[in-house]
Amino acid sequence: MVKIDELTFTYNQGTSNVLEDISFDIQKGQCIAILGNNGAGKSTLIKCINRICPAQKGVVLVDGQNVYDMSRNVMAQNISYVAQDNRSLHMTVFDAILLGRKPYIKWDATAKDRQIVREIIRKMQLEDFALRNVAKLSGGEIQKVMLARALAQEPKLLLLDEPTSNLDPRNQHEVLRTVRLIAREHSISVVIVIHDLNLAIRYCDRFLFLKDSYVYSYGGLEVMTPENIEAVYEMHVHIIEVMGIPVIVPFPAEEVAVNYTVEKSKQAAAGSS
Amino acid sequence: MANNHVPQLELYQDFIKRKKQVFIISVLVTIVIALFAVSSGSLQIPLAEIAKTIMGRGELQSQTVIMNIRLPRVTAAILVGAALAVSGAVMQCVLQNPLASASTLGVSQGAAFGAALGIIVFGGGVVQSSSAATAVAINNPYIVTLCAFVCGSFSTVVVIALSQLKRDLGPAGLILAGVALSSLFAGSSALLQYFADETKISSVVFWTFGNLGSAGWKELLILALIFFLALLYFLLNRWNYNALQSGADTAKSLGVNTRAVMIVSMGICSLTAAVAVSFVGIISFVGLIAPHIMRRFIGNDYRYLIPCSASAGALLLILADTFARLAIAPVILPIGAITSFLGAPMFLYLLFRGLQGNG
Repeated sequence: MVKIDELTFTYNQGTSNVLEDISFDIQKGQCIAILGNNGAGKSTLIKCINRICPAQKGVVLVDGQNVYDMSRNVMAQNISYVAQDNRSLHMTVFDAILLGRKPYIKWDATAKDRQIVREIIRKMQLEDFALRNVAKLSGGEIQKVMLARALAQEPKLLLLDEPTSNLDPRNQHEVLRTVRLIAREHSISVVIVIHDLNLAIRYCDRFLFLKDSYVYSYGGLEVMTPENIEAVYEMHVHIIEVMGIPVIVPFPAEEVAVNYTVEKSKQAAAGSS
Repeated sequence: MANNHVPQLELYQDFIKRKKQVFIISVLVTIVIALFAVSSGSLQIPLAEIAKTIMGRGELQSQTVIMNIRLPRVTAAILVGAALAVSGAVMQCVLQNPLASASTLGVSQGAAFGAALGIIVFGGGVVQSSSAATAVAINNPYIVTLCAFVCGSFSTVVVIALSQLKRDLGPAGLILAGVALSSLFAGSSALLQYFADETKISSVVFWTFGNLGSAGWKELLILALIFFLALLYFLLNRWNYNALQSGADTAKSLGVNTRAVMIVSMGICSLTAAVAVSFVGIISFVGLIAPHIMRRFIGNDYRYLIPCSASAGALLLILADTFARLAIAPVILPIGAITSFLGAPMFLYLLFRGLQGNG
């Protein structure tokens, strides 16, 4: 289990906090979506969890161990991270995934490390790409390679920074389906920074809304209400249900006004005819 | 599934085996060219005689030529070439910039300014020689070497200090700082030369040409020691360099102390390059080009790129020096000019073919 307690972060001492007293916990195998406006501190939050941006205050506990007290290698054995943009990695898929074994490597990769990589390549169905240059793959394939690399770290917690931002809809679903499968099969807790609320609903178990440096709301589907979404994104939404799946339909203020005008003019036209 | 399983690993092992073969071949070619370089010159020495001389049973004449002139020169080419190439490869990785090298960061220009300072201000004396090949020789090389080393390292200290003071200064910012320092050193050298007399200006110019013959066994021993210690550090960090290619954030998440690796690596690279340059003068392009040539054969994997760059750098410099000695013998062409002459078109060709990624 992962527990985040009172995490506080500021980029420069003296200026206002980017994150303030962020607390939540994640069960094994759960996927958590971090939601909020641009600049709300979503990416910073996951970078604070694995010390890319060291928090000024607070603790991150993975199975009771404080991440901030761990050596860098031990931390990397517990938490893996997939950055937003991975398109410029010039190495083979096999070598890129082998990098995931870096926290375990003393002098050189062992037969066991290569065996683990081979298993993951098979599981993620990347056999055909094993010796291709990562930079020459498609966006969806690159994300799968990055997930495979993260999995090679054998983590307890997986952090994903907007894993679907450069992908077409089919690949967005495929990547998130893979993530959920990984989480369930390996009992890995997953934290995903994501913009698409509908993808979040489809693939995540819990939802954390960030607003003005604080946790605005955290919980299961019950927090995915029009009121919460409107408060966080400052945008009107409707939640409808399609084949039993909740679908969020956004209605920005301007669009509401336009629709209103169109309706009015239609009514006016109907009245005059 | 099980059928895909085995061949895949075999293919990867073949792929790795090819990289090892490239390294072995480049070392063998370097040895052959080194032997050719030792045997050729105004006095042709057969291979058997070289072997006998190295074992201490050669004739007096070949003993003198090999042990005092050619072998130190070839050893200098190997060590300086390897040191500059390995430094270039590591700088290109930690700065995530394919154009990083000792010259880009102002180390070479700093060293050149230091040499000018040593000759003109601190009186690294000057002797006129009657030989046309060495019209001007530097009399007190240690003052010049020390000044070159101190000023060469100064660039690195400034670049590292800048990166510490301004933490959001990215890789591009560091390169720009190097460009600014290079310009500052070039301007300072020009000013020094403007007020110096002709003999001293000739000495400075002669130093900046580069001369692999200027390092004796004692200097080579110092360079060898620093180079092998640096190589050991770089090899210990080869997985960190591979991780850094995924970007600083991903590298941190893989357990790399990115800041420490960057600063210590840069410090060691600059030290190695500054020592090399301070003994033999300015040698451009080898540090930049050797890693890129090797990337064509083995890719960006630092497990193999570090040793392969070392052998490629050594090979390039021996070739350039042998060409410099034999092209219009007995005149020895300036090695710095030869490396630039050969390196620049080669670099343009590589640019045309497309440099690989961040280095």
